[in-house]
Amino acid sequence: MTAQESSPVSAGRGEPLVVLKDVQKHFGQLHALKDIDLTVTRGEVVVVIGPSGSGKSTLCRTINRLETIDSGTIMLDGQPLPEEGKELAALRAEVGMVFQSFNLFAHKTILENVTLGPIKVRGMKKADADKRAMELLERVGIAHQAEKYAAQLSGGQQQRVAIARALAMDPKVMLFDEPTSALDPEMIKEVLDVMVDLAEQGMTMVVVTHEMGFARTAADRVVFMADGAIVEENTPEEFFTNPSSDRAKDFLGKILKH
Amino acid sequence: MDPVIDNLDLYWSGFLRSLSIIGWSLVGSLLLGTLIAAFRVSPVASLRAFGSGWVTVVRNCPLTIVLFFMAFGLPELGVNASFYLFGVAGLIIYTSAFVCEAIRSGINSVSAGQAEAARAIGLPFTLTLTQVVLPQALRATVPPLGSVQIAMFKNSAVVGAFGVGGDLYSVGRNLTSAQGFSYIPVLTGVAIGYLVITLAAGALLAVIERKVAIAR
Ligand SMILES: Nc1ncnc2c1ncn2[C@@H]1O[C@H](COP(=O)(O)OP(=O)(O)OP(=O)(O)O)[C@@H](O)[C@H]1O
Ligand SMILES: [Mg+2]
Repeated sequence: MTAQESSPVSAGRGEPLVVLKDVQKHFGQLHALKDIDLTVTRGEVVVVIGPSGSGKSTLCRTINRLETIDSGTIMLDGQPLPEEGKELAALRAEVGMVFQSFNLFAHKTILENVTLGPIKVRGMKKADADKRAMELLERVGIAHQAEKYAAQLSGGQQQRVAIARALAMDPKVMLFDEPTSALDPEMIKEVLDVMVDLAEQGMTMVVVTHEMGFARTAADRVVFMADGAIVEENTPEEFFTNPSSDRAKDFLGKILKH
Repeated sequence: MDPVIDNLDLYWSGFLRSLSIIGWSLVGSLLLGTLIAAFRVSPVASLRAFGSGWVTVVRNCPLTIVLFFMAFGLPELGVNASFYLFGVAGLIIYTSAFVCEAIRSGINSVSAGQAEAARAIGLPFTLTLTQVVLPQALRATVPPLGSVQIAMFKNSAVVGAFGVGGDLYSVGRNLTSAQGFSYIPVLTGVAIGYLVITLAAGALLAVIERKVAIAR
């Protein structure tokens, strides 16, 4: 099964799906998000890049309201994000999230990790959820380990399961917060391959990452953040070869040296 | 040991009475304590405030004061019940504060990322708690909950002394002060009764600990 068959991602490609308008966020005195305006269209892959502490994670987390905002609006598929309660939980089911530290449920098997949401949130029958989960695990290459626990898998395998777990909810958009930065170098590729695959199948994605290879192959747009603000937006090619802001030049100079 | 042998039936009924106080208090305090712990980690500020107020007041209040409030305070408010019911309810309330704190420390031992991942797939608060956080918290919670409950077993004697009567403690007091038997054999019998209960509970606890350890 592919993303096209299982979710409405390919329909209406190019329409605005996630729209942030004049979003502000403070942590105490710290102005963590400043005047954020960002529109992600259906089927688009946006890579968010920027120095540590620039607000990339915070931006990502506001989109499924794991982090609240002070002012401004965030719309998903034409609807403002609900503030709390059942509606908020329902929204989160529509937005897949993949964390840097995987966060697989430690007391559940790999299969149960993937089926928990569909069974408890979507009310799917266990047999159907299992079947669908096995298809997704097959797709990320972990099907043969379905009965194991997270601790028995490598980091790269855990992250692929985390992706399958998010996909099981048929999300409209997937958020990735530095999905490969906790991984050993040899495992980074296996995770990026899954992500490139998803992007090719038309999934709308917001990806915080410093993997330039991924940005170049899969991203439609790069958003560069510094000090809580979006400083520059461009195609990956333009951004990496010909950044216009000094902040971006400086930043790219640093990461390219490594 | 004649006073014990001769009054075995009394001891037996006291043992059963103690067991019933303990049994009800065990179930009641676990349920109430879990509920208060859920309040304390809930996203609703007023529930959190209620939970921490409950724990602060109840935990810092001697059990006898809680029991006095139940048995003499409540009737003034027009609430009437048997001493047994008041006693058990008081012990449940008193123990719930300690149960709550044991569970909360277990919840804090589960990394925040687990709850976040649960919320991210759309689980509402109650399901996040019951499906993801509490099952993992359980492992870290079983040993301190065990100590809390064993302390409660012993506190059941305070409830008995309080006028509920008929429990192991009261049997001992009755045989010595009212019937004039000597203290050492009578109290040894009482102690053995409590020891049977706590040792059995300790063995059960060890089994539970092993179970939750295996079930990761
Ligand atoms: N819960 C919080 N409480 C207080 N300050 C926070 C909180 N979360 C983030 N911050 C601060 O907000 C700023 C932006 O943080 P954020 O995690 O979004 O940065 P980032 O771009 O993701 O950085 P990194 O590359 O290190 O992950 C940082 O200065 C951070 O210290
Ligand atoms: Mg970050």
